[in-house]
Amino acid sequence: MTGEVLAQTRDTERERQAGLRERIACCSVAGCLSAGGGEVRAALEKAVNARGLDGQVEVIGTGCLGLCSQGPLVSSAATRQVYAGVTPEDSAALLDGGAGRFQGRTLGPDHPFYAGQRRLILENSGRVDPERIQDYIAQGGYRALLRAASAMSPAEIVAEVKRSGLRGRGGAGYPAGLKWELVARHPASDRYVVCNADEGDPGAFMNRSVLEGDPHRVLEGMAIAGRAVGARQGYIYARGESPLAIARIRTAIAQAQREGLLGGRIFDSDFQFQIDLRIGAGAYVCGEETALLASIEGRRGQPVPRPPYPPERGLWGCPTLINNVETFANIPAIVERGGAWLAAIGAPASPGTKVFALAGRVARAGLVEVPVGTSLRTIVMDIGGGVPAGCEFKAAQTGGPAGGCIPAAFLDLPMDYDTLPGIGSMMGSGGLIVMDTSTCMVDVARFFMEFCMDESCGKCVPCRAGTVQMHGILRRLTRGEAAASDMSMLEELSRLLKETSLCGLGLAAPNPVLSTLRHFRNEYEAHLAGRCPAGRCSIPVPEPV
Amino acid sequence: MSVRTLEVDGRTITALEGQTVFSAAWDSGIRIPRLCHLGGLSEAGACRLCLVEIEGQKKLQPACLTKVAEDMVVNTATPALLAHRRLIVELLLAERNHVCAVCVLNGACELQDLAAQLGVDHVRLRPQYPSLPVDLSHERFGLDHNRCILCTRCVRVCDEVEGAHTWDVAGRGRNSRIISDLGEPWGDSGSCTSCGKCVQVCPTGALFSKGRTVAEMRKDRGFLRYIMTAREKKLWIS
Amino acid sequence: MDEIPQTAGAAHDEREQILDRAMARHHNSGDALIEILHTAQQLYGYLPAPLLKKIARRLMLPPSRVLGVATFYHLFRLEPLRKHSAVVCLGTACYEAGGTELLEGLRQHPGSGDWSVASGRCVGSCGLAPIVICDGRAMARVTADKLEARLREDHDRGSTGTDAGH
Ligand SMILES: Cc1cc2nc3c(=O)[nH]c(=O)nc-3n(C[C@H](O)[C@H](O)[C@H](O)COP(=O)(O)O)c2cc1C
Ligand code: SF4
Ligand code: SF4
Ligand code: FES
Ligand code: FES
Repeated sequence: MTGEVLAQTRDTERERQAGLRERIACCSVAGCLSAGGGEVRAALEKAVNARGLDGQVEVIGTGCLGLCSQGPLVSSAATRQVYAGVTPEDSAALLDGGAGRFQGRTLGPDHPFYAGQRRLILENSGRVDPERIQDYIAQGGYRALLRAASAMSPAEIVAEVKRSGLRGRGGAGYPAGLKWELVARHPASDRYVVCNADEGDPGAFMNRSVLEGDPHRVLEGMAIAGRAVGARQGYIYARGESPLAIARIRTAIAQAQREGLLGGRIFDSDFQFQIDLRIGAGAYVCGEETALLASIEGRRGQPVPRPPYPPERGLWGCPTLINNVETFANIPAIVERGGAWLAAIGAPASPGTKVFALAGRVARAGLVEVPVGTSLRTIVMDIGGGVPAGCEFKAAQTGGPAGGCIPAAFLDLPMDYDTLPGIGSMMGSGGLIVMDTSTCMVDVARFFMEFCMDESCGKCVPCRAGTVQMHGILRRLTRGEAAASDMSMLEELSRLLKETSLCGLGLAAPNPVLSTLRHFRNEYEAHLAGRCPAGRCSIPVPEPV
Repeated sequence: MSVRTLEVDGRTITALEGQTVFSAAWDSGIRIPRLCHLGGLSEAGACRLCLVEIEGQKKLQPACLTKVAEDMVVNTATPALLAHRRLIVELLLAERNHVCAVCVLNGACELQDLAAQLGVDHVRLRPQYPSLPVDLSHERFGLDHNRCILCTRCVRVCDEVEGAHTWDVAGRGRNSRIISDLGEPWGDSGSCTSCGKCVQVCPTGALFSKGRTVAEMRKDRGFLRYIMTAREKKLWIS
Repeated sequence: MDEIPQTAGAAHDEREQILDRAMARHHNSGDALIEILHTAQQLYGYLPAPLLKKIARRLMLPPSRVLGVATFYHLFRLEPLRKHSAVVCLGTACYEAGGTELLEGLRQHPGSGDWSVASGRCVGSCGLAPIVICDGRAMARVTADKLEARLREDHDRGSTGTDAGH
C-alpha cells in the first residue's frame, strides 16, 4: 500500500458511511456477548433485511461500549446514543424510531458514566468494526504508520515517545521511551518486538477488550515500534483463554498483510515488519516478561533472573522490546498528534489515560478510561455510580494479586504510578474491584494468596513453598483456627517473599496481605478471636454464654 | 583478563573480571550458602540462599549470578540475610518428608548441613506431609521424591554434561516433580545412560545409589569440575 | 492410553496429516512446541502419552521436556474431557459474587456425571458476575437454580435423544 492508496481507502469508506442513513454498532466483546449481544445483532440484521433497508442501514459489531453490567449495549450513529439492556425484541424500535421504549436505558455523551471519562484508547468503540480494516482506516488508522515509515527517522520516533512521557501500562510503569531507546541503541542485528497480551489478573479485561474491539490499533503501534527500534519481527503473546481476542487478532493480521501494512516494503519504504501470534496455555506467570519469552520459545514459562533485561538479552538472546497492549495502543496517537499532546493529558509524571476494568459492588460496572491521576472517588462514585443502595463502600482493590486495597479514607487520592505505592497499593494493569462492608478483607487476602500459590511457577523456594505456608495461615484465620504465632509468621513470610523471590509474582504475592494488614488489622484480630466482622467466613460459632 | 578488587564482609579480595561474587568469595574462603548452584553447571538462581546485600543496590542479589565489579561492597551474612536463609531452609524442610534418620545420605546431606550451620533446630512451619512415591525401578539407583528440593541440578547435569536430558521438571508450583522421559519409571527410561552423574550432584538423598544402608552413602561432587576442565583442555586426546 | 486415540480410520489419518503439516510448517522446530501442543489438543481433544512421544521425536526434543511443558500449562489436558464441560469463573469479581459456591454445587450435583467441571480466572465479563461457561457458551449472573436448570435441560435432551433412537 502507498500513502495515496491509504488516503483513497479512507475517503471511499468515509463517503460510504456518510451515505448510510444509520449505522448501528452492537458491542461485540466478551461482556456483552455473554449477556446475549450476539442474538441482538442477529435480530437487528434480520430486521434490516426484512425492511429492505440493506444499503441504508448497517449493523456492525464494535469494541467495548463500556457499561458491561447493563449489556447488551448498542450504539446508534444517527442518534449518538447508547442503549443498554437491549433485547432482540427491541430491534424494531431501534430501526423505526421509538425512543420511548428506551426510557431509563439511554446513555448520551453527557451521562455521568461517559462524562467523567476521556476515551483515547477506546475512542473507536462504537465507530469501528474490529473485523473490518477499512473502518479503522476511515478513522485515520495507519496514518501514523505512514508517517513513521516515510517521514520520520527511527530516532525521531523514539524521541517523540520519550517526549510523551508514556509509561508502560503492564503494571510497573517503566517509561516506554527509555525502553525503546535501549533496544534501538543495541548493536545486535536481530531485534524483536513483543506485545504482552497475557493479561491474567483475575478480574481484569482491559487488554482483551482493546484487542477484541480495536486490534489494528495495537498492530499499528507494534509496527511503529518495529520501525523505531529496528526490528523486523513482532510477536503478540495472547492469553489462551481469550478465544475471541485471538480470532480478532488473526483476522486483523491477515487483513493488514493483505493490504501491505505488514510484511515487506511497507508504504514503499525499506521498512519490513511481520507479526506472528503466539498463544499462551493458561499460566499467569507468563505475563512476567522473561517467562513470556521462554514460552514463546516453546519452553516452560519460568522466569529467569534479571539482569540481563530483555532489551539487552531477550528472545533467542537478541535485544527485545516488550510492552503491554495498552502501551502499544497509545503509540499511533503519539506519532500522529505528537508526544507533547499526550504529555498534556493526565498527571505530569504519568501522562495519558488509563483503562480500568471496574467491577464488584458498584452500580455501573464495566470498562472505563480516565486521565491518569483521576481520583478513585470520581471513578467509583461518579462514573461507577457508587455502591448499590443498601451497601457501604469499604475498599477498592487495584493491581490484582500483586496490588493492594485502598480504603475509603483514600478515595480522593490521585490514581497514578507514584501515589498508589505510597499507601501499599499499585496501579497494576487496571483491574479495579469495589468491595463493600459485606466483603471480608482476610478472605480477600486468602483469595489472592491462593491465586499466587496456584500460579507460582515453582522455580524458587520462597514463592513455591512460601505461598503454600501463607495460604495455610490465611485459611486457618478464615476458619477461626489460627493462633497468635501464625500472625507473626505471616508477617515474617511476607518479608521473605518480598525480598528474596526470583520474579515479580513472588515479590508481590504478599502485597494483598500487607495492605489488608495495614488498613484492616482489626479484621485479622477479630478472626483470631473467632469472629468474622463481615459475616462471610464460616467460623464455627461457640455456644452463646 | 583484568582483575577486580572488591570488599566482601569487610575483607578486601581480588577476583577476575567476569567471575561471580559467589566464586570470588569462595576462592577467598568465604562460603556463601547455596543449594542450586554447582560449579560446572549453568545457574538456576532458584534456591535464593546465596542472596547477598550489595551496597548501593536496593534489592538483594544472588551471588551465584552477580558478576564482580570494581569497588563493590558485599555483605554475605547480615542478621537479615541469616534470618531469610533460616526461613528458606525451614520452608524446604516443611515442604516434603525429610526423615534424616532413614536417609542413606545422613551426615553428608547439603540440606542437613545447611540447617545445622544456620542453627535451624526446629521447624516453625506446618509440615505439608505430601504423599510422594519412591522410584526404585532403576537397576543401580533410586529416586525418593520425598527428599527432592527441586534444585534441578540433576536436570542440568544430565542435559549439559551427559547430554541425555533424561530429567526434567513436570507440573508447576507446589505440584512440581522431577520426571524421567515421559514420566515413566526411571528403569524404563530409554534416554538414561546410567552414568550416575545426577546421583552424584544431588544435594540430598533424593537420588541415591542402591545397596547402601542408612548414613552410608557419600557423594563425589568434585568429579564435575574434573570433567569440565578435562573437556576444556581436551585431556582425553593426548 | 497406549495408543493414539482413533475414531474412524479416515479421520485418524486426516488428524495425523494435519498435525504433521503443522509441524512441517514450523520446520519441525522445538521452539514451536507449544503451538504444536495446541494443534494436537484441538485435533485429539487431549494429549495422550503416545502423541507426546511422537511430537517429541518429530521436533527432536527430549520426551521429558515435552511432558514438562505439557504439564506446566493448565490448558493442556492429559486426560480426555467428558461429554460436557463447565468452567466456573473464579476471578475476583466472580469469586466475590459467589463463584466458589457454584463450583462446589456443580461438583456435588448428582447430575454432573457427564460434566468436566473446572474453574477459570476472569473471562472478561466481570460486570455480569458470576459467570459459568457451559460447553463454550458463557452464562451470565448465574445462580444455583439457573445451573440446575441447565443441567436438567441437558439431561432431558440426552434422554429424549436415546428414546428417539429406539
Ligand atoms: C507475575 C507477573 C505477571 C505479569 N502480567 C502481565 C500481563 O498480564 N500483562 C502485561 O502487560 N504485563 C504483565 N507483567 C509485567 C511484565 O513483566 C512487563 O513488565 C510488561 O509487559 C512490560 O510492558 P510495559 O512496559 O508496557 O508495561 C507481569 C509481571 C509479573 C511479575
Ligand atoms: S517468584 Fe514464584 S513465579 Fe517467580 S520464579 Fe519464583 S516460584 Fe516462579
Ligand atoms: S532429585 Fe536431587 S538434584 Fe534433582 S532436583 Fe531433586 S534434589 Fe535436586
Ligand atoms: S545458589 Fe544462587 S540462587 Fe541458589
Ligand atoms: S472475574 Fe469472572 S469474568 Fe472477570
